[in-house]
Amino acid sequence: MSQPVLSVRDLIVEIPTRHGLLKPVDGVSYDISPGEILGVVGESGAGKSMTGNAVIGLLDRPARIASGGIYLNGERIDNLSLAQLRRYRGKQIGMVFQDPLTSLNPLLPIGDQLTETIQEHLGVSGGEAHNRAVAALDEVGIPAAKERIGSYPHEFSGGMRQRVVIALALCAEPSLLIADEPTTALDVSVQAQITSLLKRLCRERGMAVMLVTHDMGVIAETADRVAVMYAGKLAELGPVREVITSPRHPYTDGLMGSTPLASKGKRRLHQIPGNMPRLGQLPDGCAFHPRCPYTQDRCKADPGPRLKTCDGRAACWFPLDGAQAAKGVA
Amino acid sequence: MIAYVIRRVFQSFVVLLVVGLVAFSMFRFVGDPIDNMLGQERTQADVERLRTTLGLDQPFPVQYAKFLANAAQGNFGVSYRQGRPVATIISERAPATLELALVSGTLALVVGIGLGVFTAIRRNGVASNVIMTTSLIGVSLPTFLIGILLIYVFSVSLGWLPSFGRGETTQIGGWSTGFLTASGLKALILPSITLGLYQMTLIMRLVRSEMLEVLRQDYIRFARARGLRERSVNFRHALKNTMVPVITVVGLQLGAIIAFAIITETVFQWPGVGLLFINAIQFVDIPVMAAYLMLISVMFVGINLIVDLLYFAIDPRLRIDGRHA
Ligand SMILES: Nc1ncnc2c1ncn2[C@@H]1O[C@H](COP(=O)(O)OP(=O)(O)OP(=O)(O)O)[C@@H](O)[C@H]1O
Ligand code: SF4
Ligand SMILES: [Mg+2]
Repeated sequence: MSQPVLSVRDLIVEIPTRHGLLKPVDGVSYDISPGEILGVVGESGAGKSMTGNAVIGLLDRPARIASGGIYLNGERIDNLSLAQLRRYRGKQIGMVFQDPLTSLNPLLPIGDQLTETIQEHLGVSGGEAHNRAVAALDEVGIPAAKERIGSYPHEFSGGMRQRVVIALALCAEPSLLIADEPTTALDVSVQAQITSLLKRLCRERGMAVMLVTHDMGVIAETADRVAVMYAGKLAELGPVREVITSPRHPYTDGLMGSTPLASKGKRRLHQIPGNMPRLGQLPDGCAFHPRCPYTQDRCKADPGPRLKTCDGRAACWFPLDGAQAAKGVA
Repeated sequence: MIAYVIRRVFQSFVVLLVVGLVAFSMFRFVGDPIDNMLGQERTQADVERLRTTLGLDQPFPVQYAKFLANAAQGNFGVSYRQGRPVATIISERAPATLELALVSGTLALVVGIGLGVFTAIRRNGVASNVIMTTSLIGVSLPTFLIGILLIYVFSVSLGWLPSFGRGETTQIGGWSTGFLTASGLKALILPSITLGLYQMTLIMRLVRSEMLEVLRQDYIRFARARGLRERSVNFRHALKNTMVPVITVVGLQLGAIIAFAIITETVFQWPGVGLLFINAIQFVDIPVMAAYLMLISVMFVGINLIVDLLYFAIDPRLRIDGRHA
């Protein structure tokens, strides 16, 4: 098997607060291979964005990487200085944010924003950068790219703007793309276009993609593997088909519970009774145990289950088998 | 856009007409110029002759129309006190005020924006905190007090800089400049600091808070995520966006510098238009007062217009033209 583009090892992100140390990301490990899309799901506050931001070095203070390692194409990048890390951003790691309406500088034509990025990383002449900018817009499906290159962001629709954002993230040909809810802010009608665009680019370029989303439909259609996060930890990590059809972690099972995957329309994560605990008030043992229908005494004991200490796919002492999941409890 | 410009220019004219009415009304309702110009010993014939000369015998609307027509041509009548045309007197005094305003305006703008950007980028640095705390003094001390303090320290105690006047000036055409002599430049230092300090701190605090707001925006985060240099993120992306809301205030503050020159000119006995105005008030020299009022309002209206047009230059979202209307 080829070397993974991204390897995250036992990553812990800390936030020191007056009420103690919070760990929005707590011992997360995963790999993404070239041409592979890893879907990341979980409730709001699970630590999905924090993980992505840690990889590209954009954690907002006071959050910081406390321990663990991040490797990009085999090179360690979590201990680089900001100046060194800057050379990786855009060049090796592209990032796309949720809201295309606010991701672009409103006062600069999109062409200028593209060429500045291209020139920064590829060191080409102005004319060459211009040609590449047109090609980048072409690639993401902006019609009449040559004419639109001088347009300002407000002259594009939301879906078109997200295409521009993707072109910007990818114009220096990074090997890893982190897309943090790239379709959440878009009209339902254009969401599918953007995800299929991402999928196409991933395949064509052999790029590794980390796709954060709340939309199980998107995961089912685009991701190769899926990572389910709960309260800063990985709950389950495995091939998308298997995780969806026979989830092993009770939390995943709950998320899938009544997700009408095949049908169109509402494809949001299933609501599980109760709320994810706040970071400062995590229970001992398995963080999910207050909401879990299968809780036993062992679940409440410290230390809680981890992927490594369990079966490698679900961080659960009592993982479900297919029959149990199908039966459903509660 | 053309329609917008025309509408704005039209609005400006309406404002000026109203100000003109106020200025003109002073002639009728404040003091009696005849009393001021003629001493105690005067004949009725003297009074009548002067009334006719000054046009005070005509009906109100006629006087107003004449006043406006004259003002538009730069003719503001004759000073009651000096007996010379107001336009001449003002044009003699204008260079002093304009040079002072130019220096303090530049100071306020350059230092204000510079420090604002610095304190925003180094939000938590020691230097930023010192600057921010010191700037509180700049906004809270009244201008005349700053002037007197500066005079006390740099003129009276240290004897480095003059405490009043323009120093030596050089005449170039109709313009007397203090920029060309050492004493002229020295004389500019204290008054321009006094005059510009308030605006400088105001601009600095405004730029800082706007810039902090901009630095929180997604497109700044995205610019960082694209691997752009900090310099480019701060200046190419953040500063330009900061300037959009800052422009209005800065424009009006630069106007205020000329208007508030009155206080500084009085403290430093600076022979400019402001000092002229103060003296005019003491002598109820209505034509001078009216002319000053008109000029200041023309300036403010002009600045407002320029500010609005600058918006178009900076913010493409406002340029709604044929293409994307
Ligand atoms: N400065 C901070 N102080 C305390 N807690 C913080 C701070 N910043 C973030 N957090 C917490 O870190 C956790 C992880 O947040 P993150 O943005 O990664 O969630 P997410 O999974 O991306 O959620 P969403 O789906 O809403 O985007 C959240 O619980 C959040 O409350
Ligand atoms: S470890 Fe126990 S509480 Fe946690 S998910 Fe598994 S069964 Fe539920
Ligand atoms: Mg998020």
